[in-house]
Amino acid sequence: MSQIARRRRAGSGRAVRQVALFVLALAIAAALWELYKATGPPEGGDVLGWRILPRTSDSAMPHIWDMITRLGDRERPLQASSNEIWRVVLAGGWYSFRLALVGLLIGSVVGVGLAVLMSRFGVVRRGLLPYVVVSQTVPLIALAPLVASWGGRLHPFGWEWPRWLSVAVLGAFLAFFPVSVGTLRGLESTSATSLELMRSYAATWRQTLRRVRFPAAVPSMIPAFRLAAAAAVVGVVVAEISTGLRGGIGRLIIEYGRQATGDPAKVYAAVFGAAAVGMAMAGLVAAVDGLVMHHRRRPETT
Amino acid sequence: MNGDRVVDRDRPALADPAQRAAVTNSAVAISGASKSFNVGTPGEVDALVDIDLVVAAGEFVSLIGPSGCGKSTLLRLIANLIEPTAGSVLVTGKPAARARADQDYGMAFQQAGLFDWRSVVRNVELPLELKGWDRRRRRERALEMLALVKLDEFVDHRPWQLSGGMQQRVAIARALAAAPPLLLMDEPFGALDEMTREHMQSELLRICAEARTSVVFVTHSIPEAVFLSHRVVVMSPRPGRITHVVTVELSPVRTVDTREDPYFFGKITQVREALRGLGASTDDELLIEQASRASHAKER
Repeated sequence: MSQIARRRRAGSGRAVRQVALFVLALAIAAALWELYKATGPPEGGDVLGWRILPRTSDSAMPHIWDMITRLGDRERPLQASSNEIWRVVLAGGWYSFRLALVGLLIGSVVGVGLAVLMSRFGVVRRGLLPYVVVSQTVPLIALAPLVASWGGRLHPFGWEWPRWLSVAVLGAFLAFFPVSVGTLRGLESTSATSLELMRSYAATWRQTLRRVRFPAAVPSMIPAFRLAAAAAVVGVVVAEISTGLRGGIGRLIIEYGRQATGDPAKVYAAVFGAAAVGMAMAGLVAAVDGLVMHHRRRPETT
Repeated sequence: MNGDRVVDRDRPALADPAQRAAVTNSAVAISGASKSFNVGTPGEVDALVDIDLVVAAGEFVSLIGPSGCGKSTLLRLIANLIEPTAGSVLVTGKPAARARADQDYGMAFQQAGLFDWRSVVRNVELPLELKGWDRRRRRERALEMLALVKLDEFVDHRPWQLSGGMQQRVAIARALAAAPPLLLMDEPFGALDEMTREHMQSELLRICAEARTSVVFVTHSIPEAVFLSHRVVVMSPRPGRITHVVTVELSPVRTVDTREDPYFFGKITQVREALRGLGASTDDELLIEQASRASHAKER
């Protein structure tokens, strides 16, 4: 077991290094931002005739420290009873996080289900896979009002379809795609020898799925779930905006965005919130990854 | 290799036609079997033509031949992983499909094919799990099998923590776990180094003698075939057919000395001559040439 222990120790060392790298990358990004702001053309500039250099004025590129100090200010400075911005963003982030989680769960169930069906039946695979791919080209903002209005008309068993569920479903709409494609790839990556072995045991399809295909698919499912987690966050934030659901990060982005001319640093508070939600979701998947892959040899390319 | 271990087995007298008829008693009985792939298309290939082979209970038979002679196809036919185009395949006296459903044989491949999400002992338990054995009984049996292949210390290890030879031993333990009367092996030692390979050969003989298992063993190596087998079946390519059967009457106790026995060398030469006399095309000839040169080198 010493080998596992050694690996675990190496794993925690890797985690520390990863956090350090992350902080370093943040610092470098902030430094580049400020460097450009200090040296770039104030009214923007052209490169080879294309107007691509952004303006460096405070309204276009607020200082990093302004963004950070703004988090501690009250949301409405004139109202003593209003909360600090970071509290509002945190509450919005928590709301969106829960929606994204529901979206990820729905998307995972649907994605894995489709992958299993597609790997089982070639007909399903040939018929369905193009639509799975095409589904991702439908703009979410076009779909959002539709899903919201369907949801409004659904009353299964007298149960009221809550509005937030429409938003979660839209998150799931983006999340199921990487899950289904990644799981399908994983299910089909099972080695011929393993399948022949199971055949020699006269194992049923379900026995083979549970004992061989799924475990063999896990290494390709994990990165798929990581993508799906990020996609669920994007889907939920965009759906919040386009269905006008209050309470989440999407709403804050719109609200603060409207105030951007007068208060440019405030928008970034909402953007940070969205990024934090994304990272929380990614962290959740990484934790699951750690649990599932605990005893397994990792592919060399990670 | 431990010389004190006795490999006691009755040598089946298969030359006797009357004995041949006793098909119901045999581990494998193939008659008139052929296998073609892509039938009815321009890419049709006759992999095996008119195969007759009887493996008696407790007998060790090796299949040898150049690449593409269909020896793996023949093994898969016995395993019922593929169906013959013509002819019949009986395994332990039943149709091959029935024998597979009853798990009458265990199988081992060139790759150990262990699952790295299962511990060593859980890998060995797999066939028993599929047979519906309860947890305690299958753990007991798996531990017994791991003791047989001398891996009792590595029960809770993960397969990737073991060396190639150890992994192959786990695969053999797994193949034998359900106590099948027949073991089908497809170049199981092909990926091992020479020292490990010779050790594994002796271990295999010991284990199969203890469990009284019949074996059909596919190999590229002439000395390996001769060392292990009661009979070496020589096959020719395109289409695959049985051209020679070399009976090896080494003493049942095979030791390091066996490998230096003039009789052993004589049999190796006999198999090599059989392989050479196949009238194979030049590239096959080359393969055989290489195989025999490699085995020459091994003898020194």
